[in-house]
This record gives sequence, C-alpha cells and structure tokens, in this order.
Amino acid sequence: MGKPWKIVLAGEGGQGVQSVAGILADAANDQGREALYIPNFGVEQRGGVSVAYLQIGDEPVGAPKFQTADIIIALSDRAVTRTTRYTGPDTVFVYDSGIENLKDEDLPTGVKKILAIPALDAAKRELHPRVFNVIIMGAVIKATGVVPEEKAKEALEKKLGYKFEQKPELRDMNFKAIERGAELVAEAL
Amino acid sequence: MTVQPAMPMSWRRETKPHKFCPGCGHGLVLKVLGQAVDELNIQDKMVFGCDIGCSLLAWDFFNVDSIQTHHGRTTPVITGMKRANPNLIGVAYMGDGGGYAIGSQHLVSAATRNEKITVILVNNTQYGMTGGQMAPTTLPGQKTETSPYGRDVSKTGNPTLGPEMVNAITGEGAYVARGTVSKVNKLKEYIKKALENQINGNGFSFVEVLSACPTNWRTNAEKTWKFLEEEMAEYFKVGEFKVPGSREEEGQSNG
Amino acid sequence: MTEKPVQEEKRVFMTGNEVCAWAAAAAQAEIMYGYPITPQNEIMHYWTRLAPKYNRDFLQTEDELSAGFTTAGGIMAGKRAFTATSGPGNILMQEPFSMAEAMRLPTVAIIQQRGGPSTATVIYSQQEVTMTSLGGNGEGLRIVYSTATHQELFDYTIKAFNTAWKYRFPTFVLADGYQAKMRESLKMYDPEAKGIKMVSTEPYVGKEGVPGVDRDPGHFRNTYNVEEELYEVLEQYIEDYDKMAPEVAEYEEIGSQDADVVVISHGVVSRAAKGAVQELQKQGYKVGYFRPITIRPLPVNEIRDIANSAKKVMVVESANGQLDRLIKEKVYGCNAEMIPFFKPGVGITTEEVESRLKELF
Repeated sequence: MGKPWKIVLAGEGGQGVQSVAGILADAANDQGREALYIPNFGVEQRGGVSVAYLQIGDEPVGAPKFQTADIIIALSDRAVTRTTRYTGPDTVFVYDSGIENLKDEDLPTGVKKILAIPALDAAKRELHPRVFNVIIMGAVIKATGVVPEEKAKEALEKKLGYKFEQKPELRDMNFKAIERGAELVAEAL
Repeated sequence: MTVQPAMPMSWRRETKPHKFCPGCGHGLVLKVLGQAVDELNIQDKMVFGCDIGCSLLAWDFFNVDSIQTHHGRTTPVITGMKRANPNLIGVAYMGDGGGYAIGSQHLVSAATRNEKITVILVNNTQYGMTGGQMAPTTLPGQKTETSPYGRDVSKTGNPTLGPEMVNAITGEGAYVARGTVSKVNKLKEYIKKALENQINGNGFSFVEVLSACPTNWRTNAEKTWKFLEEEMAEYFKVGEFKVPGSREEEGQSNG
Repeated sequence: MTEKPVQEEKRVFMTGNEVCAWAAAAAQAEIMYGYPITPQNEIMHYWTRLAPKYNRDFLQTEDELSAGFTTAGGIMAGKRAFTATSGPGNILMQEPFSMAEAMRLPTVAIIQQRGGPSTATVIYSQQEVTMTSLGGNGEGLRIVYSTATHQELFDYTIKAFNTAWKYRFPTFVLADGYQAKMRESLKMYDPEAKGIKMVSTEPYVGKEGVPGVDRDPGHFRNTYNVEEELYEVLEQYIEDYDKMAPEVAEYEEIGSQDADVVVISHGVVSRAAKGAVQELQKQGYKVGYFRPITIRPLPVNEIRDIANSAKKVMVVESANGQLDRLIKEKVYGCNAEMIPFFKPGVGITTEEVESRLKELF
C-alpha cells in the first residue's frame, strides 16, 4: 500500500527497455494493481536514449512523470548520464557492469544504493543477447517486488506465446532470463 | 409582348432575380445546371455546395438543399457529405481561385481518390468577388488589379489547365470536360453527363466552364464575347477529356 | 445488426489514443475523417481496425483543412462524425471549426496537445488551450472538455458527442501527448447499459421530400450581407450558449471552499496538483484543489467563490498562462492574489507543485 513504486528504465534504442516496461505494466495490471507506463517519444526515439517511466501501486497513479525515482535501471553510458536527474536519497541506481567508457564520476552520488549487475555479460555467455532485456525485467522484479515472478512469466507468455509455440526452447530461455536477472540483483544486494 | 423564358423547376423563384452582375456567366451555368437537375429528376437528392467568391451568391439559388462553405473548401465538404451518405448527389460549385489556387489540394486529392462527386468550376480568369485580382487562370498579358501591366508568365507562371490536370490524375470512371457559356447546349450536355456519372457511381466528375466577368474585365457586350470566344477558348480548349466507358458501350450498341 | 464494440463493462489497460477510438466506437460514431499528425495518429490506427468490424467508416484526407471540412460534410449528412488532431493540425482545423461555429455543426474533435509554437515537440504541452477554446475569427462558441485520466478520456469522448448534438456547438476533447501515449487502466462500458442515451443525430441536408415542393430547401450559409443580419444571428447563438453554459460546465475539487491557498489546474497537470494538495492537506496545510473539466465554458460561479474565499490562487499549467488568462477574466474584482506557476511545453510533477505550494505559506 501507500505510494506507488516509481521506476525509470533507460537504454539505447533497440535494447528493449520499452518492451520490458510494457510487459511489467501488463503484469501488474493483470494482477489487479494500478500501473501507469509512459514512454519517452519524439525525435529521441530513434538514435537517442530511450526512457520508460513506470509506476506501479495499489491506488490510481497520479502524475505520469516524476522527479525522483525509487529505482533506476540504466543500460548504457548515455542512459546513466540521462537518468541521474531522477535520483534522490532514496533511489536505488542499477547499471550494467559491462557498460564501456563509464567512469566512476559519471555515476550519481547521494543515492540510497548503487548496484552494478553483469546482465549484458550473463545474456551473452549464458543465454542469448536477445534476452538481455528480460534479464533486466527479472532484476526489476527482484529489486522492487512490484509483481511476482510468476505473473511476469504469464505476461511474457501473453506477449510472446505465439513465438514460444513455434520454438518451445525460447520459453525456457526467457523464463531462465527472468530468474537469472533476479539472481544477479540478489547477489549485488 | 415579351416572353419570359421558363425557369427550371429546380430554381427557387423567391430568390429571383438573382444576385449576379449583369452579363455575368454564372446565371447561364446555373440555368443549365437547373435544367439538368430537372431532367435527371434529382431535386430531392442533390446537395449543392458553393464556395466563397461569386459562387457563394448561389447559396439560395435552387430549391435544393445547399451548403455555402469557405473559400476552396466546398470539395471537402461535399466529399465528407457524400462519404457519409452515398445516396445524395453532391455538387461542388466554385470559381477558378477556389478550385485551382486555395483549394487546389482538395481538387487534386478528390480527383485522385476518384470521389463520387461532381465539381463544376467556373473560370472567368480572375477573382471576381474581391475585385478582379490575378487568378491561376489569368491569361498571359491579361491586366488585372494585381497584374496591372499584364500577367508576366516569367514571374507568375502559365495559366492553369484544370481539366487537363484532372484528366491526367483521374482513373477509370471519371468524367472530365471543359464547356463554355457561349455554347450552352454543349455545356448542358457536359453538366448532365457529369451528374449522370455520379448517379451511376462511376467516379469523379469535373466540368470547367469558361465564363464571363464584364464587371472586372471592364468590357462591353461585344468585347466580353470576343474575349470569351476567342482569347479564352484559344488557350482553354473546349471539349470532353474523359468519358467513362463511352467508346466500348457505343461500339457495342453500334455494332 | 453488427454487435456493439463494448458490451459488458470491462477493465482494460491501454494507451489514451486507443481509449479514444474505443470510446468513439462505443458512442456509435459512424465516420472518422483524419490526417496523420503525432501524437494523435493511433486514434486513426485503432479506429481503422475497429471500423470495418462494426460497420463504421474512415476517410484519410489530404490535410487537416480537409479533415475538418469533410467532418462538417459528414455531420450535415446526419452522421455522428469526428476527427482528431494536434498542434499545427489544430491550427489548420480552426478554419473548419469556425465554419462549424457559424453553422452550428456538432463537430467532435479530439485534440492531443503537443509543444508549440510551430512544430516544436511531438510530445506534450497544454499550449492549445487558447486555440481550442477561442480559435477562429469568432467568439469561441465551443465546448472544451479537458480530461485528466484514461477513464475520463473514455467518459468524455462519449459525452462530447452528446453535448455536441444536443446543443449544436463544436465540441472538443482536449488531452495531450502524455494522455495519448501512456497506458493505464480504465473501465470501458456500453453507454446505454449505463443509462447514457446517445442523443440522436439528424441530417441537415437530404431530408425526406422534394425541396420547394414538400418542404423548404435547407439553405445553410455562413456569409451575411449586412452587419445587422450577422448581429441578429450571433445574438441568438450567444444567448443559446449562455443558457447552455451552466448546464454543461463541470469541475472537480477537493477542499477548495475553505482553503487559504487553492491550486487551479486542468488536464493531466491536475494529477500532479491533486497529489500535491492531498499530501499537503495530510501535513495540515489549508490548501485546496480545483480543476475545471470544461475549460470552455468555465464553471464561473465556483471559480469566483474560490477567488473570494481563498487568500491565494495558484494556477499551474504546462503553458505560459493560457488557462490563467481564462480564469483571470472570470475572477475580475475578486480578492485572492493570483500566483502563476507556468512551464510551457513541459510536464509538471507532483513534487514541483508541492514545493511551490509550500513557499506560499
């Protein structure tokens, strides 16, 4: 109860942050919770940083955008720079430890916690680069508890079920990616 | 004793005499349109849309439901109406400024989409209502209020050839013609065919009418007629440009 | 008969543009005329997917002038017709909307505001308030509903058709790029199942009988020959509008009657204002929230009451005072100090409103 979780997901176009936000919003809604998801759009949509603003709670959500996020997941150096403005003393800031060219001074200060997770690396080595964003979804779920893992899997099934029917191994891989994302966060915490 | 020529049944007597200047060609166009409406018996189904410009003076001309719209916008109003109720017969009546300048995108697009409406465009080579400015149809060298030394085609381009353009962009089923108020029998035939083409659901129908504006041309009767029949008709060729299915049908009935 | 688009009330989770398409379908809208412009495109996208299933129609026009004028034509043929646009498209549509005002055509338009002036951003603003309410060379004889939630987008899109056809003034649903693109939950329903009867439509042209024989012809015009002729028409229109105004004016408020400071906002910004006021009320501040749902006509009496009882009224909007000007016109002579909080073309967060309000105590 109380205030909704305020989540910012940011990455490069093509990293799939918008689909992750969409699936999480669907999962929360299916569970009967209140979700509000707004993508950034406009000219930045192509070739820029893609930012998804997601709020999940038990009461109807207020303003669609917010000043301070409870959790930020940044997946590229530009995404880190771009999302620093949404940090506050209670923000958990998560970034991928595999981001190249990222200097320590680029990371936000004065936040509750900074977590580096090797999601990109895990995707490449253990699963498939394409499920990188699903690993991120697993990480968000673990870090916030906004939806249970099972609900997220159901939402994935809803969205990608037609692909899973053709290639059942895809289902396993996506579900593993959720679990793996959760583990990565648990380890980092 | 003088004999009043009979008014078409579809004319509204209460609004006659009409509001056009003496010698204006609009009255002649609206007369043959009225006759065509009578002969096709579509007074109850026709909706007459008129533009801004002198054409607006026809807003209460007929005993026909009529919509006076904005400058250049009669084509989309009639298009929207026809799309919403295809049983109606939509006529968009406008001048050359309305059709070829401010409303040219609507004319081109309605023609391209083959909208099942009839556009009647009266070409008198200038803007009449606003006092005789240069129009897309002003002839090379012709003097108007905004081309006081004569239209300079090197600066303002050549006069728009409307039916030729519409002919080029319309597909099967369209009817395209140019008539003149100096040959009213032929003009009536064209306007009637343009209406029939819509009634038969074939496609876009377009008739440009060469017309006279002695008020702004500042011409007497003789010079008016001369300009219309000689100068205008030389540049703007009168005749039919596209008649749907006519050749095949005629060929069959003749053979 | 084709089945209804929405039958049983159901909870859905979708974007605002999708909501608008469903609401228009549920309201028995018969034809949409439209031209692409961001951020309203998906209204057309969803409408064109729904329309053939429910025997509705769509025409993509050559520009917004045409979209507005074809809508007028569809309405004159007696159909529940609508369009949607934004920003520069809204500018072009002012021409057909002014004709709709002149001829009392019940056009319905959904406006998804984007940044301005000019092309600006495709994202968001509240900068089309003046244009949507007062655009055109006339008197702003229009009805503008400014929605804040997806539920309202659904409710007021349906209502817009009824208000338009009941009173015969152009009616607008004014939302914005955020509402267009964000997803949240709402309940869709069949209006009739909720006791909302759709106001019946009637053709202006093509009625039964031969004009001039069985009935008078319908001669519809927007041009008048002499000043007095126009004045007489406008006097009647304005009388009709003023009579209608209290019947259609709507608002939402929380503790606005006995607060020291009242925040006035509209549309999506009111979500931030509401959140801020509720938080501050919890902390004991004497602060109130007021939001006109109809920004034209405004709920004048309620606004004047607030401006007489509160010490300060803060107007918050994503524009440089467009709502503020409308409010100030109505509160002339009232006591409250008017405080501006304007961020043209930019979203406003709950946190910002909260901290600004605290400065006023």
